[in-house]
Amino acid sequence: MTFNRRKFIKTSVVTAAALSAPAVLADGHGKPRVVVIGGGAGGATAARYLAKDSKGALDVTLVEPSRSYYTCFFSNLYIGGFRTIDSLAHSYGTLAAEYGVNVVHDWAVDVDRDAKTVTLAGGSTLSYDKLVLSPGIDFVDGAVEGWDLSTQNAMPHAYKGGSQTELLKAQIEAMPEGGTYAMVAPPNPYRCPPGPYERVSMVAHVLKAKNPTAKILIADPKEKFSKMALFQEGWGDNYAGMIDWIGSDFGGGDVSVDPANMTLTIDGEETPVDVCNVIPAMKAGKIADMAGVTDGNWAPVNAIDMSTKADADVYVLGDASQQGDMPKSGFSANSQAKVCANAIRGALTGSKVFPAKFSNTCWSLIDTDNGVKVGATYEATDEKIAKVDGFISATGEDGATRKATYEESIGWYAGITSDMFG
Amino acid sequence: MTLKGLAPIALLAGLVASASLAEPLGDARAGEAVFRKCKSCHQVGDGASNRVGPHLNGVFGRRAGGLEGFAYSKSMTRAGVDGTIWEVRTLDAFLENPKSLVSGTKMNFRGLKSAEDRSNVIAYLRDFSDNPANIPEASPTATPEVTLSPEVLALVGDPEYGEYLSSDCLTCHQSDGGDAGIPSITNWPEEDFVLAMHAYRQKLRPHPVMQMMAGRLSDEEIAALAAYFKDLE
Ligand SMILES: Cc1cc2nc3c(=O)[nH]c(=O)nc-3n(C[C@H](O)[C@H](O)[C@H](O)COP(=O)(O)OP(=O)(O)OC[C@H]3O[C@@H](n4cnc5c(N)ncnc54)[C@H](O)[C@@H]3O)c2cc1C
Ligand code: HEC
Ligand code: HEC
Repeated sequence: MTFNRRKFIKTSVVTAAALSAPAVLADGHGKPRVVVIGGGAGGATAARYLAKDSKGALDVTLVEPSRSYYTCFFSNLYIGGFRTIDSLAHSYGTLAAEYGVNVVHDWAVDVDRDAKTVTLAGGSTLSYDKLVLSPGIDFVDGAVEGWDLSTQNAMPHAYKGGSQTELLKAQIEAMPEGGTYAMVAPPNPYRCPPGPYERVSMVAHVLKAKNPTAKILIADPKEKFSKMALFQEGWGDNYAGMIDWIGSDFGGGDVSVDPANMTLTIDGEETPVDVCNVIPAMKAGKIADMAGVTDGNWAPVNAIDMSTKADADVYVLGDASQQGDMPKSGFSANSQAKVCANAIRGALTGSKVFPAKFSNTCWSLIDTDNGVKVGATYEATDEKIAKVDGFISATGEDGATRKATYEESIGWYAGITSDMFG
Repeated sequence: MTLKGLAPIALLAGLVASASLAEPLGDARAGEAVFRKCKSCHQVGDGASNRVGPHLNGVFGRRAGGLEGFAYSKSMTRAGVDGTIWEVRTLDAFLENPKSLVSGTKMNFRGLKSAEDRSNVIAYLRDFSDNPANIPEASPTATPEVTLSPEVLALVGDPEYGEYLSSDCLTCHQSDGGDAGIPSITNWPEEDFVLAMHAYRQKLRPHPVMQMMAGRLSDEEIAALAAYFKDLE
């Protein structure tokens, strides 16, 4: 008999599901089809849970241009010399081989919500019953005067994973003795609220060892930032005199850059800089806009299942979504993906839908064995994802606590990446 | 949710909970007799040294796992780093069932089921701590009496719900049982799991992340998670 066991099981599950499933689905074609665009923290998790939990009852396609996903989380630790770049790379092999996700390495270039199809750059189209978008972020045009994507190699953002991060690290290591690293920090809301300040800590860590007379200058359009007291305490204790943070009260929001001449102008005053890390204002990844599910820069969603306000069959996860109180983080995107996958599976196969629960924790490394964290739990209300409870590391904690916190973050990295990629 | 037969209940009754701080410390003299159960492993008093277990002089107010020169389990060391301090409330929970507070402890002792015995032996140990007069009998942060009824411990969890809830845990706890940085929670006996989660929820265990995660779970949800994780290898 050629009928292999695995296939047989799959088929029988489909039949069972088809019998019990609400009649709305998959009109006319075989299995209900879910297309996921973007194989990052939100998209990879959603694809994995949809495929894993439906045990073959759903046809899950993941569209992602890159063969390797380089996490942004822990990319600052790479800059600081605590991780290699290779340790941040993950492939989609297990999602395809073990979970049966159809992984298509291409860009999605259009979405037709009436026809329920997605067009790929390669020319083909995919039909869907449910569409999940987790495209991450793009930058707002003209957000920082003098900067655009064509100048991103002179003044890297390093706010998407991979080559930009490597470029920034190389530039920092090539700084002249006593040179200046400048950061243009982004306005709210943006991905990873403590990210820019963890980065500054890691840059300071490198410079302290290799180039101790170098300076760090931060122009910030905000008055305060995530874990501010913890970072400022840490900078004072570990990098005294090296870091100059210019908040909005002192003109930090009035900024322009000149990438050709490597200058930064803050509040009318021009400064020559050696490295300029420009992190512009952000918006949802373009495909969300093309799908017509955004309102302004982000895509508003319903807290209960992450479906968009614009279209009940289109869901937006992670950074691109506008959901309420959760910060834009990998942890949040992963958490939202699991709630969404449970709801989609319920809608398409009739499986049980459990109440939405969300959580987030963000760790940051200040210096060797000196980690801090902030976290919260959330619930779905009619209006938004609303915060329930939270905590933050305290200033003045002892070394053992900070070391344990750092070690936890290493455990978390292993946990979340295997939760995303299998 | 259904209730299991009554047999297991008796064994587990009252565990984490009975930090009934309302009553004053027990009778140190009676505690000396109870301490015989500890003597095979612990010494206390003049010239006490570490044996199978650490010596217990000055244990009040000390961090869990805080004695230099004794090789504690990883779990006890972690409890100390997290901020577990030995005081009436924590000692009471630990002595009732060591695993409720420190899951991976190497203190191989089933616990003292009698609240009176515990209160007495705690009073006895307190006499060997510095300035006992200055040590409050209950820490000011102690929450009002908490109870974990036999019914709660006997809840039979729904593993399907547990599987869904577990997705919230697997962002941090590795599903393959790896324990780098964050302890493994797969393949645990259900009752140890339930006790540990309630100890976080009741803030007997100090860790802020886990207090928050456990804090929003109902009794049924904890039982469901325990039912799911017991079979995850
Ligand atoms: C420096 C830094 C540090 C960070 N540290 C942390 C941390 O410690 N903890 C934490 O939780 N988070 C952290 N984050 C945030 C985290 O990286 C993001 O919040 C998370 O990746 C968001 O997930 P996402 O699925 O929305 O987007 P992403 O993970 O960015 O995934 C989007 C994917 O979609 C793909 N894509 C985009 N458009 C298309 C298209 N048209 N067609 C097909 N594919 C497309 C992209 O190639 C990409 O792979 C950090 C971020 C930065 C920059
Ligand atoms: C079979 C041996 C054994 C018995 C019996 C025993 N203990 Fe222990 N005890 C240990 C060991 C071993 C440790 C260290 C545990 C670890 O590292 O996880 C310990 C730890 C402790 C601690 C924590 C000490 C510290 O420094 O953090 C206390 C308190 C304690 N025991 C009290 C008692 C009391 C009271 C009794 C009797 C009611 C008792 N133990 C019975 C072996 C024992
Ligand atoms: C944000 C990361 C994170 C999440 C999410 C998380 N945990 Fe934990 N968990 C930890 C850490 C860190 C510890 C160690 C805590 C300590 O030292 O007491 C821990 C400890 C535990 C322990 C005790 C382990 C031991 O050996 O003592 C249990 C049980 C547990 N977690 C269960 C869960 C369950 C169930 C969930 C999901 C509902 C969950 N955790 C979610 C980080 C997490």
